[in-house]
Amino acid sequence: MVDKSTVGHIHMSGCTGCLVSLADNYGGLLTILDRYADLVYGLTLADVRHIPKMDVALVEGSVCINDKLSVEEIKQTREKAAVVVAVGGCACYGNITRFARGGQQNQPAHEAYLPVGDIIKVDVYIPGCAPTPQLIRNVCVMAYLLLKGTKEQKELATNYLKPLMMAAQRGTTACFCDLMTEVINQGLCMGCGSCASACPVRAITHEYGKPQGVRDLCIKCGACYNQCPRSWFSIDVVSAYEAINEAIMAALQ
Amino acid sequence: MGTELGNYKTCVSARSTNKELLKSAQDGGIVTQLFAFALDEGIIDGAIVAVSKEFALKNPSKCMAFNPTLDDLEPWRSIPAVVSTKAELFEARGTKYNISPNVSLIKEATRSFGLDKVGIVGTPCQMQAVRKLQLYPIGARDVGASIALAVGIFCMENFPYQSILQLVEDHAAMKMEAVKKMEIGKGKFWVIGKRGQVVQLPLKVTHKYEQPGCHVCLDYVANLADISTGSVGSPDGWSTVFVRSKIGDSVWAKAMAAGCFETQPIEKVKPGLELVTKLTNEKITKNKATLEGRKTFGVGKALRNPYI
Repeated sequence: MVDKSTVGHIHMSGCTGCLVSLADNYGGLLTILDRYADLVYGLTLADVRHIPKMDVALVEGSVCINDKLSVEEIKQTREKAAVVVAVGGCACYGNITRFARGGQQNQPAHEAYLPVGDIIKVDVYIPGCAPTPQLIRNVCVMAYLLLKGTKEQKELATNYLKPLMMAAQRGTTACFCDLMTEVINQGLCMGCGSCASACPVRAITHEYGKPQGVRDLCIKCGACYNQCPRSWFSIDVVSAYEAINEAIMAALQ
Repeated sequence: MGTELGNYKTCVSARSTNKELLKSAQDGGIVTQLFAFALDEGIIDGAIVAVSKEFALKNPSKCMAFNPTLDDLEPWRSIPAVVSTKAELFEARGTKYNISPNVSLIKEATRSFGLDKVGIVGTPCQMQAVRKLQLYPIGARDVGASIALAVGIFCMENFPYQSILQLVEDHAAMKMEAVKKMEIGKGKFWVIGKRGQVVQLPLKVTHKYEQPGCHVCLDYVANLADISTGSVGSPDGWSTVFVRSKIGDSVWAKAMAAGCFETQPIEKVKPGLELVTKLTNEKITKNKATLEGRKTFGVGKALRNPYI
């Protein structure tokens, strides 16, 4: 395909788990790179020193504000990329880096980390610690359709990406508490169990059909809230699940 | 016909041809028969179902450990479990009428339970949760493609356990331990005792005990399941079945070919789809009004709307 989009992977302060998740699409990743996207920037993956102009920047990790280069690079990312996607809990919400207190060799003064959205405007969130290969894949395919697809494909991609864009607008903090304040306290929880299954640290159980969180275990990744069908739910998009899944699988054939 | 009943390829009235199964099935034994067939055929290698204490004590490794421990589970309290044999599946038969967070086991089913092809039964909201996590897998790595059969059950609303306790012990004046079956039908909540005694409560009495989260739900007949089923629309002992997705269509065709179900055309049975449609519209209309009311709930303050 001639008309590929250009994509870069920007590595801020993260554990590289998000990049591994991207790679865990195996053949699917190769198909994406063959047909839909050229990787124009990425540590160890593309031999490019400075952040180039690109369509989509996938940013992993939070920004260490004590590190001049990180701050400089995240600002450049915003200037150079048409769409900035925060990939993973750290980029979206700070996640485990919220608990950083510095004192780590060889940069003991690096102690303050902020989610990307606190430094620049972010367009799309892919929450999760680690984000799943499948969601990264879906967003890659949808981003391509949005930029290069037909009118109908653009509409489908817009509808699919809308909640992830709304998540980016909603804010840069996440916690099990979101389930309490935005779902349970709002009288919306019906006890389906999604949150407990989504939690990467098993901090959530259900008692009498309602979620209980061990808040000391919570790493603030945002998976529970975003996986909850009562945080955000598009009846139209989810009702077309069969067709959308088929379209994505066909795109990767 | 409107879109209130969701997309479906086939709708019939059906019951299992397994007489033993029907003896303690809720209605037509559809869910149990479907999973039994799918286990036999290797379509699924296990299923997430709701179980109660007797099952949990016998098969503790099949349940998710919650607090309180399994020993402390009250009679009729439901918790999710993964069953992987027909014997286990049969022990889990019947509707429990209180919340079982089945989706909480969906990832674990593919991890420590080692399933590659997962079956899950759930309410319409749980089917919504399943489809959301397939389309937007945020905390569900490699789970979506493992969901091999999602069976939905019709649901007007669900009850917290304590509500069922209050309905059975205070309103129906029966001990929870003594209850053989609970049922909603013909405008009544039925509590049937092990000695054969029957108490019926008008549904009106039960309304204030409903789970509030159910009042924003716009799905009665599990529109997003592969196959959805419930008693409404069919005669006693039969269930109405909607076959919805490609997966559902394929499983249903195989199960029919294997003689698992006896069916009647839905057009030929009473009360038929007319009642299903009526109740669906009642639920949607009532809950749309609730969502509308949430917009102006406070003074210049709205309650949150989950739908976008």
